Amino acid sequence: MTPATRHPWLIVLNQAPVVLFLAVLALFGARSAQFLQPDNLVNILIQSSSTAMVAIGMTFVLLTAGVDLSVGSMMFVGAALAGKLALQGYPLLLSILAMILAGLLGGALNALFVTRLRIAPFIVTLATLYLGRGLGLWITQTRAMNLPESFLHLGAGRWLGIPIPLVILGTVLLIAHIVLQHTPFGRQIYATGQDIETARKAGLRTGRILASVYIVSGACAALGGLISLTQLGAVSPTFGAQKEFAAIAAAVLGGTSLFGGRGRVFPGTLLGAVLIQTVENGLVILNADPYLYPLVTSAIIFVAVSLDCLRQRLVERLSRRLIRPV
Amino acid sequence: MSSPAPAAPPLLRFDRIQKSFFGVPVLQGISLSLDQGRALGLVGENGAGKTTLMNILGGNLAPDAGRIEFAGLPHQPRSPLEAAAAGIAFVHQELNLFPNLSVAENLHLTAFPRRRGFPVIHRALLRAKTRALLEQVSLDIDSDTPVERLTAGERQLVEIAKALGIEARLLILDEPTTSLTDLETRRLFDLLERLRGQGMTMIYISHHLADVLRFCDHIAVLRDGELVGSGPASAFNATRLISLMVGRQLDQVFPGSAPPPDSPPVLEARRLSHPGIIDQVSFTLRAGEILGLSGLMGSGRSELARILFGLDPFGAGEILVEGKPLRRPRPIRCLRRGLAFVTENRREEGLCLEASIADNLLLVALRDFAPPPARWIRRRPLQAAAARIRSAVRLTPTALDSHPVKTLSGGNQQKVVLAKWLLSQPRVIILDEPTRGIDVGAKCEFYQLIHDLAARGTGILLISSEMEELLGLCHRILVLRQGAIRDELQRPEFDRERILRAALHTERAP
Ligand SMILES: Nc1ncnc2c1ncn2[C@@H]1O[C@H](COP(=O)(O)OP(=O)(O)OP(=O)(O)O)[C@@H](O)[C@H]1O
Ligand SMILES: [Mg+2]
Repeated sequence: MTPATRHPWLIVLNQAPVVLFLAVLALFGARSAQFLQPDNLVNILIQSSSTAMVAIGMTFVLLTAGVDLSVGSMMFVGAALAGKLALQGYPLLLSILAMILAGLLGGALNALFVTRLRIAPFIVTLATLYLGRGLGLWITQTRAMNLPESFLHLGAGRWLGIPIPLVILGTVLLIAHIVLQHTPFGRQIYATGQDIETARKAGLRTGRILASVYIVSGACAALGGLISLTQLGAVSPTFGAQKEFAAIAAAVLGGTSLFGGRGRVFPGTLLGAVLIQTVENGLVILNADPYLYPLVTSAIIFVAVSLDCLRQRLVERLSRRLIRPV
Repeated sequence: MSSPAPAAPPLLRFDRIQKSFFGVPVLQGISLSLDQGRALGLVGENGAGKTTLMNILGGNLAPDAGRIEFAGLPHQPRSPLEAAAAGIAFVHQELNLFPNLSVAENLHLTAFPRRRGFPVIHRALLRAKTRALLEQVSLDIDSDTPVERLTAGERQLVEIAKALGIEARLLILDEPTTSLTDLETRRLFDLLERLRGQGMTMIYISHHLADVLRFCDHIAVLRDGELVGSGPASAFNATRLISLMVGRQLDQVFPGSAPPPDSPPVLEARRLSHPGIIDQVSFTLRAGEILGLSGLMGSGRSELARILFGLDPFGAGEILVEGKPLRRPRPIRCLRRGLAFVTENRREEGLCLEASIADNLLLVALRDFAPPPARWIRRRPLQAAAARIRSAVRLTPTALDSHPVKTLSGGNQQKVVLAKWLLSQPRVIILDEPTRGIDVGAKCEFYQLIHDLAARGTGILLISSEMEELLGLCHRILVLRQGAIRDELQRPEFDRERILRAALHTERAP
């Protein structure tokens, strides 16, 4: 379009998540040769896949200017249910289905309160956060559950040479990306997030759109829980705790706006999730003090958000329409 | 309409439509009908109920009582989508586009072309359809451009293209020309004429009575939610329309002009430049002077105003307020030096839509009514000042003070913006399209207000697309083209044609 969009700084800032990611890779890579080993990189990807999965659903919600705080609890309920069923001898597939169903139902519950009763998403999902945690603790009798080997086998398994967690994540990511960028429904999500009143006037079924993003988020939370289960092989009472913050951080790091209408799952949210994991992984390899982890992670989030602000301002300055030749 | 024995039944019939908000009646039994292929002009003061009536027709609101018949069938849309499906397109008074989506996406938001068998958007087809629609409204932009990059005028054309996209039988246009220049308005009317020739029925709402009289076949006048007159356009003239609208005679629109003051300058621009935006702009505004800024949309008028008020940066030059340089202008600094700026973009920049009318009114002046050292707000003088201002701009009724601004009619919202700034008693006031969407009666009061402000020594920089307004009010007019001042006219030299020539004359842009 305008020459402004080709401004070198803008190109850099537009890719802020990518740039930051590369910078972090370079930084850790320079300090430890082990870090950049392909095995380690794949490892990072696998470790981040659960957060990434939850963050994909979170992105849907954030795009509508809402928020879903209940994802961590939803993971817990699903995992507790799946674990219980598996321990009672039900087949693996059935417990997985039960888990996803629990996520869908949890999402539907959020959706019901947000769209029908018009309660602020923050409040609704805060309530379901406690509800879910309580329900999970009740199912597990507040005890840690060790799951049958079959879960761990699933997590260690490969399909066409690709680790199963990555297969699940990749599939969902691809679908989510296509839905958001290339389907009418996806574009309507962006419109609703920009201005719900205008969207309603334009004839969009905003109620349905809002409802569906919470259901998507619930489903993604359940799938994220599944990935975690296959990696941990156990359900502890803190399973999924604070996952909501990791997911929001990943989405925001990836350039999603908390005010709705802006953001993408690919590359944005995926990169955000991987970035957080990369930092942790790098710190482990460098043998850093574990108490440093949250500090470094928060610094990264801070830098990313600042970069995004800078970008916004530069875009504003550059995209002023030219009235006369420069 | 009382045409004797019409051959075909009317396309649209309102039958005793009633609507109230919070117990306040807004429509009090409107009955009206409209034939296929005709244009109905709907006029009335701000808050008369025009938009509300159209919202009922367009499925945004349900009437409290009464029936609508459209194309021979009862019409009770429960949503805008149902109204659209019935063949009714609504171009809203406030533009309703999504700045974060592309032009193509905005045009097809509820009816994307899909790939066969998949719910996936067919991008190539989408672009082609969009190009065809944009061509119909003579808009030459890329279909993938995000709407946030478009000017107000371009956005308006996109809105109309959207209505064409649903192949409507009835097109509702609620003040469609408020953000268009003369040239664009003429182009719009050419387009509307063509559509009418093809059998499109239209309802046209505007405060530009001349446009309504020229374009429409029938006219209906609303006053306080009642139909106070309707008939063929030929039965009306401007004077009659105005007296029906306001319920009284308005003999003079512009206050008599005072001689240009010979006072010290309050605002000076010296060779202001910013690459690609404005070039070597110099002017002097004296205390008590009304200086007009003319030019086509996109000539840099609004950009200049934004620069003067510190909203946008500038590369070179100098701004002086009351003889002293204004270094690194920011809105807050400009405010303290006595500058005020009424934006042309009221919904996004001028108002807090969710906040109450009272809160919006008091936003700017609050500091002045909270004297140091404690800076507690002096409620009583503040309320008194607010009451004075609101009666000056005829913003009624006071009972609605605690309601959010968004429930006001479009014109009344504009009055809130104006009143807000007037309350701070500025030394210099920059007005960017201040009378957009304001009815004739209020316009008249508003002109008087500007005139009085100037008489009391406020310097006024008036940006307007309405030539009448500039000619009627200003002491001096500057003409802007491509970001530079091309002509300057003193009152005795005022000449419509000379201004247009200076504004238009251009070596075709590449
Ligand atoms: N949602 C609402 N809630 C409360 N009052 C409303 C609402 N919508 C409109 N009104 C009131 O109804 C009256 C009529 O408003 P309407 O928008 O129909 O006026 P209008 O004729 O279109 O005026 P204008 O020329 O200023 O656009 C106004 O007094 C307005 O404040
Ligand atoms: Mg209106």
